[in-house]
Amino acid sequence: MKDKLLEVSAIKDGTVIDHIPADSLFKVISILRLEKNDGMITFGTNLESKKLGKKAIIKLSGIFFKDKDINRIALIAPEAKLNIIRNYNVIEKKVVEVPDEINGIAKCVNPVCITNHEKIPTKFIVVDKRDIALRCIYCEKITDKEHIEII
Amino acid sequence: MKNKSLVSIVDFSKTDYLKILSTAAEFEKNSYQNLLNGKVIATLFFEPSTRTRLSFESAINRLGGRVIGFTDSSSSSVTKGETLYDTIRVISNYSELIVMRHPLEGSARYASEITQLPVINAGDGANQHPTQTLLDLYSIQKTQGKLNNLNIVMVGDLKYGRTVHSLLMALSEFDANFYFISPDELKMPDEYKLHLEKTGLSYHESRDLDDTINEADIIYMTRVQKERFSDPIEYEKTRNAYVLKNDMLKGTRNNTKVLHPLPRVNEIDIGVDMNPKAYYFEQTENGVYVRQAIISLILGLKS
Ligand SMILES: [Zn+2]
Repeated sequence: MKDKLLEVSAIKDGTVIDHIPADSLFKVISILRLEKNDGMITFGTNLESKKLGKKAIIKLSGIFFKDKDINRIALIAPEAKLNIIRNYNVIEKKVVEVPDEINGIAKCVNPVCITNHEKIPTKFIVVDKRDIALRCIYCEKITDKEHIEII
Repeated sequence: MKNKSLVSIVDFSKTDYLKILSTAAEFEKNSYQNLLNGKVIATLFFEPSTRTRLSFESAINRLGGRVIGFTDSSSSSVTKGETLYDTIRVISNYSELIVMRHPLEGSARYASEITQLPVINAGDGANQHPTQTLLDLYSIQKTQGKLNNLNIVMVGDLKYGRTVHSLLMALSEFDANFYFISPDELKMPDEYKLHLEKTGLSYHESRDLDDTINEADIIYMTRVQKERFSDPIEYEKTRNAYVLKNDMLKGTRNNTKVLHPLPRVNEIDIGVDMNPKAYYFEQTENGVYVRQAIISLILGLKS
């Protein structure tokens, strides 16, 4: 049987991030700042997925994430699943969870929001976890998934 | 309420609203009370709003307080590029309470995080202006003798009008029936309608004021601004439909009152001014008592 995780290439130790919507792949790479990482990284995209239509997978050799860092991708890849690999085996599976609050990750969509004029870490209440809608605690405006810009 | 900032109308509870209204009624009977006794209050107007500023300053003066501050950002260090953070930190050393108006949305919330002092939001862009809402509530209670189960007809720009949004949130605590009268382009946003549905309250939408005006206890007028329309022809077609004229009040209830946050442009014909149902000028007077109440409750000078 063909293991989906192996479609790109197997890794010995590291993290596999699966179920990334294909069109969010490059955003995920940038949010996790993978371009600055010197570990071996492979990714596959436009893979077929029943759930997402087209999905992407990233395999990161020797790279492990803190929950706090992984939360950052929940905004654009809420269905993402993490497989932690040790010695070619999945030793732990994690789902990416959309937190109740998002601090300092996204930009407020409102051009006249104070956070876009002074150096303030943004703060949002997640008002819709499924479709992703964030309410800025400052200007009270909603930033929806379509307009999320990652800082 | 002691030491609490008033940034957004939802920061306060129904109990708080009622406490503010009953305290405002005391000030209406006896407005000059030396409760502040020389205490200093900062009024920081990063954009000019003469009406609101004078109302606050009148309230502070009647309470025996002193005012420091500025009337627009050109007369302050803000023009020299000082951040809001620095301004608030500095002013915090000079006063007991900060009243601020600022063109950027969320600025008052941010200020309340910077300082230990309570902050009263006197308007942050198009976002919130909670003391306006409280004076609206006071005016409604005073003229109707109650706040519960009233028919509230909101007219004009219901999309961008922050006063109608905040008033809706506050009145939804009092089982109001809402009538939204606006052109299609300026309808009440879904999030507020959804809030009413969740609260179990009814609302009606119409483009035509004549449909519902005779049902109104309160007619709350707002300005319809040309720049809000994507199509200028649409503006020209609809502008007169949202102008209140004296003869339109003929069939209205005896208790009906017309409110408006002011300043008006042409949406209430001056012919209405002499009608006893016109209440918008008295409404501004109420603002002073309500602001006296808010300041004294927040500073713990009344309980
Ligand atoms: Zn904002």
